[in-house]
Amino acid sequence: MYAQMVKSEATAEDPQKLAAFQARIDAGEKIEPKDWMPEGYRKTLIRQIGQHAHSEIVGQLPEGNWITRAPTLERKAILLAKVQDEAGHGLYLYCAAETLGVSRDELTEMLLDGRMKYSSIFNYPTLTWADMGAVGWLVDGAAIMNQVPLQRTSYGPYSRAMIRICKEESFHQRQGYHIMMKMAQGTPAQKKMAQDALNRFWYPSLMMFGPSDKDSVHSAQSMKWKIKMNTNDELRQKFVDQTVPQAEFLGLTVPDDTLRWNDDKGGYDFAEPDWSEFFDVIQGNGPCNTERLAARNKAWDDGAWVREGLMAHAAKKRAAKLAAE
Amino acid sequence: MKNEWPLWEVFIRGQHGLNHRHVGSLHAPDAEMAIKNARDVYTRRNEGVSIWVVEAAHITASSPSDKGPLYEPSESKVYRHPTFFDIPDEAGHM
Ligand SMILES: [Fe+2]
Ligand SMILES: [Fe+2]
Ligand SMILES: [Fe+2]
Repeated sequence: MYAQMVKSEATAEDPQKLAAFQARIDAGEKIEPKDWMPEGYRKTLIRQIGQHAHSEIVGQLPEGNWITRAPTLERKAILLAKVQDEAGHGLYLYCAAETLGVSRDELTEMLLDGRMKYSSIFNYPTLTWADMGAVGWLVDGAAIMNQVPLQRTSYGPYSRAMIRICKEESFHQRQGYHIMMKMAQGTPAQKKMAQDALNRFWYPSLMMFGPSDKDSVHSAQSMKWKIKMNTNDELRQKFVDQTVPQAEFLGLTVPDDTLRWNDDKGGYDFAEPDWSEFFDVIQGNGPCNTERLAARNKAWDDGAWVREGLMAHAAKKRAAKLAAE
Repeated sequence: MKNEWPLWEVFIRGQHGLNHRHVGSLHAPDAEMAIKNARDVYTRRNEGVSIWVVEAAHITASSPSDKGPLYEPSESKVYRHPTFFDIPDEAGHM
């Protein structure tokens, strides 16, 4: 899940309007940008969609890291296409957030100065080529778990962005799993790299769904508004149940001694990630937080002359056209 | 200085013979770049054969609170629908 711990805003508004708004949501109607909405709904959505957009953008960095070192030209082209998709996902989501009255540059600035967050997962390094497999399989896999139900979210522009994104995601997960298959069936050294990638990405992937339900304070209001469709633990359970057989197929071992099939609940029992690590990464102390934000800040600063130059060029062309008329 | 690229709405004709349909928006300094960006952002998988871009500031939209009065006249004119008229079967297909 790309939006973790999104704080939902309390709302103090006309109870009649609030009730009518809730009735629309309960009836499955979509809320559109010009419709009346509670301030809390609007603010929570900006935070959630913005965080999701930032995650897509920052999420390009760990994979971008391997584009120039992909083992074959075909793998390089595939990875490039995948990372380009993530840029597109960021753009769809920024546009959805903008319909709520925040500008693109404002959103970018809030990411760059740390006022807004992105998913904790992208603060982990990608050390070997096998990590490209693990990221596609596990990270995009976890993202899909969260994004599929969000296609039904109550806010129209967000729902439509999610539908586009979901269409593109399954390529991402499959190309990742395909890398894992190749590595796991390769030389002993390659298989070891695949196992090592799974070991390092397993718990950070579980953290993507956010804290355990008992510590998740903001869920109830967001679920009522249908901007959160499932609880964190529900999605995490689904992810584990789907992923464990895939690891078995690869002949790899999930790094959890307590992992057991539980017949009664029809799912796996598994170990929780280390939540203190999660909160530490969210606070900015993960292995790559500084590097990621520095890379985004550098891209923004270095691109300033291009943004300004193109605007000046457009103004000049407009003026020339007016003069000619 | 705030000098943000303007917002453009993007419309794409999915296949020959279909209408252009709104697919999303993007920022670009001018129309030419908006078309180029739209190609990269919205047609990476053969989604279109033609692209329109319109600066968002130039779009006028109906307001949601008008919903009732704006569409009411069409609701009270049921005779605009062919099913309003009972024609005997003997008259043949019509
Ligand atoms: Fe994505
Ligand atoms: Fe992603
Ligand atoms: Fe993805």
